[in-house]
Amino acid sequence: MISQTFTITNSQGFHMRPAGTFTTAMGKYQSSVTVVKDGNRIDGKSIMNLIAACIKCGTEITLEIDGADEEAAMKEASQLIESGFGE
Amino acid sequence: MLKGINASEGIGIGKVMLIEEVNLEYEKKKITDTQAEIERYRKALEAFCKKTEKQAENIKNTVGEKEAEILLGHLLMIKDPGMSSSIEGNITSGSCAEEAVEQVCDMFIGIFSMADDELTKQRASDIEDIKTGLIATLLGKEEVDIASAPAGTVLVAKDLTPSMTSCIVKENIVGIVTEIGGKTSHSAILARAMEIPAVLSVDNAFEILNNGDEIIVDGSHGEVIENPSVGEISAYKDKTLLFKKEKEELKKFLGKETVTSDGVKVELCCNIGKPDDADAVISKTGEGVGLFRTEFLYMDSTSQPSEDEQFEAYKKTVLKLGDKPLIIRTLDVGGDKDIPYLGLNKEDNPFMGFRAVRYCLNRPDIYKPQLRALLRASAFGNIKIMVPLVTCLEEFTGVKALIKEIMADLDKEEIAYNKDIEIGVMIETPAAAVIADVLAQEADFFSIGTNDLTGYTMAVDRGNPDVAYLYSPFQPAVLRMIKKTIEDGNANHIPVGMCGEAAADPLLIPILLAFGLDEFSVSATSVLKTRKIISLWSKKEALKVAEKAMKLTTEKEVVEYLNSVAK
Repeated sequence: MISQTFTITNSQGFHMRPAGTFTTAMGKYQSSVTVVKDGNRIDGKSIMNLIAACIKCGTEITLEIDGADEEAAMKEASQLIESGFGE
Repeated sequence: MLKGINASEGIGIGKVMLIEEVNLEYEKKKITDTQAEIERYRKALEAFCKKTEKQAENIKNTVGEKEAEILLGHLLMIKDPGMSSSIEGNITSGSCAEEAVEQVCDMFIGIFSMADDELTKQRASDIEDIKTGLIATLLGKEEVDIASAPAGTVLVAKDLTPSMTSCIVKENIVGIVTEIGGKTSHSAILARAMEIPAVLSVDNAFEILNNGDEIIVDGSHGEVIENPSVGEISAYKDKTLLFKKEKEELKKFLGKETVTSDGVKVELCCNIGKPDDADAVISKTGEGVGLFRTEFLYMDSTSQPSEDEQFEAYKKTVLKLGDKPLIIRTLDVGGDKDIPYLGLNKEDNPFMGFRAVRYCLNRPDIYKPQLRALLRASAFGNIKIMVPLVTCLEEFTGVKALIKEIMADLDKEEIAYNKDIEIGVMIETPAAAVIADVLAQEADFFSIGTNDLTGYTMAVDRGNPDVAYLYSPFQPAVLRMIKKTIEDGNANHIPVGMCGEAAADPLLIPILLAFGLDEFSVSATSVLKTRKIISLWSKKEALKVAEKAMKLTTEKEVVEYLNSVAK
């Protein structure tokens, strides 16, 4: 398992579109993707759970990715988050 | 006559079609063959997804890509692995598919509507829409077929869901009436995008109106007239024609310069309250933003918005505007607004109390992050900073000193910003207007806030019906305040704007032109009309009108005179 910590910088946070982009991208990988926010563990492939977690701009999250393609998944995830989901 | 919210302008005359909500009652039964029930759910899900995809495609073609995103979002939510596995899990433990869908959707609706954030709360209505659609599909029930509504139909519904809206044939629907929903609801946004007149939040519309009733929907004034007389119909038909003609005529002013008939050019900008409002500025061809209120950042939040969060919002806005100017007003709060984390005490007299720049200078811990965010964002476009509620010079020089300090920090940290950023005063107190000649020595620009300037000059709370009659920018006292401010600005070679709705008032426009106002800042929807009115006046005529108006001694005389010369 690999993990990395990020700060969400796009102004909308994990709302409909960014969460949709993120979960669609993560859905391609076999690895499990978990978003950890304030100790809560959220399924990173579930748009509903991500929206419900109310992750706003400026929030710090940790991504835990576990599986055969974890490296590639983490690479794409970090690109998405750092680019602000192309907002 | 029924009253509601004017959510989409225009007038529609037609026959009522009631959109009944589908009866979603089902029998709760214990499932033994859970595998077969899961299959039944999957089939329904597939059919529902296909239908939603088709609706999204339809809305993309008839309305636009942005509007289709609502339904594409629904698709992502429906296909959510977490949601599907919870539903199938509930079926496995014995619930029928309808019950499982309801349980899981209700759980998410519960979570979303409890969120402390407006955007997340709105998602609850999306899931409500999904729940209805999925259960209806499982029960094999069809929602009312809006697509086949005949020409001249007025849709009447409790609420118009995005999936209903997607079936609308624009040419056939002349109006929309709903019982719930405000100006920013899905229904309102879609109605405006399709240019269908809409009145929302009409109490009991569903009980009062019947299928086939003839009604008039006045989306400009938020009025619904049931069973109108022949006279009313012909009067409204005339209004419809006039409205269409006017709208067509205003299109000529899209993208044009704002200039008087004798060639005097002025700037025509917009007032906005959120980053996304900048889209309307561009589409209505506003020449910039004359007032960006920043309170939304503080009101929509449960804790102080961070510097980064603010920076992103300002940057997003200025990037939308390209090289057009963006005047951002710094935090304007006081004891009349309840923002718990700002630690504002309730005051007996909040409008004369600890507010706006007075509060900000006292709380650098709150003000500095905003100023820093503004400076950082200034590297991305033409941002100007405006300070509200100034009453004496020290307040303004105090803010400027704070900005200097932050600039020095940014230099040390090698963070980019616009070193020549313009800093101006919002003239909204009589004190500021009276010392405008003094303030002009320090300020890069003025912007007159007519709402507060009128209230403070006349010492009137416009919310109090006993004294509201005094509240008028045409009061000779207010006109003199405006005149002095503009003249002092001009004499010191700094531009003067006006950022209240008064700047779009057809009666006031000639007076403002005559005084020498450089920039008019109005709501995006008023841009074309304001540009047209300015084009009808020559500076020469305006000067004559203003000279005469300023000699009149009462508000009533001023208004009467301006009405008599109005174009």
